[in-house]
Amino acid sequence: MKIAGFLLLFTGWILVLVALAILPASSSRTGFILAGIAVEILGLVLAARTHRILPEDQG
Amino acid sequence: MISPPVLPSNEIVFALCVVSILLVPFVGVGLTLINTGLGRSRSAGHSMMASLCVMAIAALVYFVCGFAWQGFPGIPAHVLIAGGKSWDWIAAQPFFLRKLNLDGSAASLAVWLQMMSVGIAALIPLGSGGDRWRLRAICFSTAILAGWTYPVFAHWVWGGGWLAQLGVNSGMAHGFLDAGGSSTIHVVGGLTALSIAWILGPRRGKYSSNGMPSAIPGHNVTYVLAGCLFALTGWIGLNSAGAFLFTGVEGRRIILIAINTIIAAASAGLTAALVTRVRFTKPDASLTANGWIGGLVASSAACALLQPAEMMIVGIIAGALVTFSVEWFEFGLRVDDPGGAVSVHAIAGIWGLLALGLLARFPDNQSGQWLAQVIGVATLLGFVLPTAYALNWLLDRFHPQRVGIEGERQGMDLHELGAEAYPEFITHTEEYLPH
Repeated sequence: MKIAGFLLLFTGWILVLVALAILPASSSRTGFILAGIAVEILGLVLAARTHRILPEDQG
Repeated sequence: MISPPVLPSNEIVFALCVVSILLVPFVGVGLTLINTGLGRSRSAGHSMMASLCVMAIAALVYFVCGFAWQGFPGIPAHVLIAGGKSWDWIAAQPFFLRKLNLDGSAASLAVWLQMMSVGIAALIPLGSGGDRWRLRAICFSTAILAGWTYPVFAHWVWGGGWLAQLGVNSGMAHGFLDAGGSSTIHVVGGLTALSIAWILGPRRGKYSSNGMPSAIPGHNVTYVLAGCLFALTGWIGLNSAGAFLFTGVEGRRIILIAINTIIAAASAGLTAALVTRVRFTKPDASLTANGWIGGLVASSAACALLQPAEMMIVGIIAGALVTFSVEWFEFGLRVDDPGGAVSVHAIAGIWGLLALGLLARFPDNQSGQWLAQVIGVATLLGFVLPTAYALNWLLDRFHPQRVGIEGERQGMDLHELGAEAYPEFITHTEEYLPH
């Protein structure tokens, strides 16, 4: 699950890059960029949740 | 030899730039004192020693290969063609600063500034890894930051890279802007600090079995508050030098930059003091210090672009944001960050970058600056955080970064250096006793 969080972060950024590369300046490009950021936020939430360690998990 | 692409516009700007860069080491002094003061007394010597090693390694690694990746506008770089436009993604320079004239050109001044800026970025994770991060691992991790993560992102922002090109290539006003290093230095350092805190895990005794944190107060609040004053001095230099070299502002703007820097720190520090006074009945010194530094971090991006009244708003929001964020990370996310590095540098830095997009006005009235700033933040979260985490995770596989339980019990000073910073002090061990 930790890896999934970081993969989502990276994937969201790739979406942003793709939007910049292939879409002309328009509201759809802005929407695509914001969608990429939404994916990043999802990844950040997942990464943060999987790192909430209790002392017994720490060994 | 490469001819300097941009010369400081005149002798006065050159002199101001040199004086500003001379002040920058005070930022390092400030952060070192803050990190040490907010840690335990039995790790104080280790913290200071680690800071010195970090500054040394960062400067050397940046000299060897950092500038080769980062470059400077006008210096040859590798480009990718996408959508019919060329996107500059990494500099194409030889190692060891070869082919660069160290003659007072803007590029040579930038190298001088960067050799210290990269050290400042590398000091930030020491705040989150305090009391449990091994010295050798700190050195390796610093080399990774100074040799790859920092220069690559700094190239995109300050070296004429694709983020700086967003204005020309994508019609987003002036492209991603960051005069003093809110993103390149502080968010990069802050996200690396988050990676380190996640990889190391919390200090033993920090969380009870039901996940409630216990307070482990810093051992020397006078260090912390003195560090804030040193940092302010250095920050005026850092913001000024960055604005001259990377956004090309004219020399007389140094007054605006200095005033904005002071106002941001003052308003953020006072806001943090007020918030903690209202919430806990007395102002909290360490959170006030965190707020102060958070204000400085937030000021960096737009130090030369906002009016002082606007910067005061940036500072007030930064101070409040840092105060709540420190608590959220500790209680909500169970991130043990003794120095508050993630909140102070990553969260306040991101706020500073977005504030530029929201508040800055340009004479040419171009639109889209906010989107360029948002894309910069997305890059920090989507590229810098996974990269910093992955590289430090790999390092941890080959060379465990966390000290053993005996080291934590003894303290980092005795365990790693063989001598304590305060030999006459009693070592507190109650968190290792069975409850």
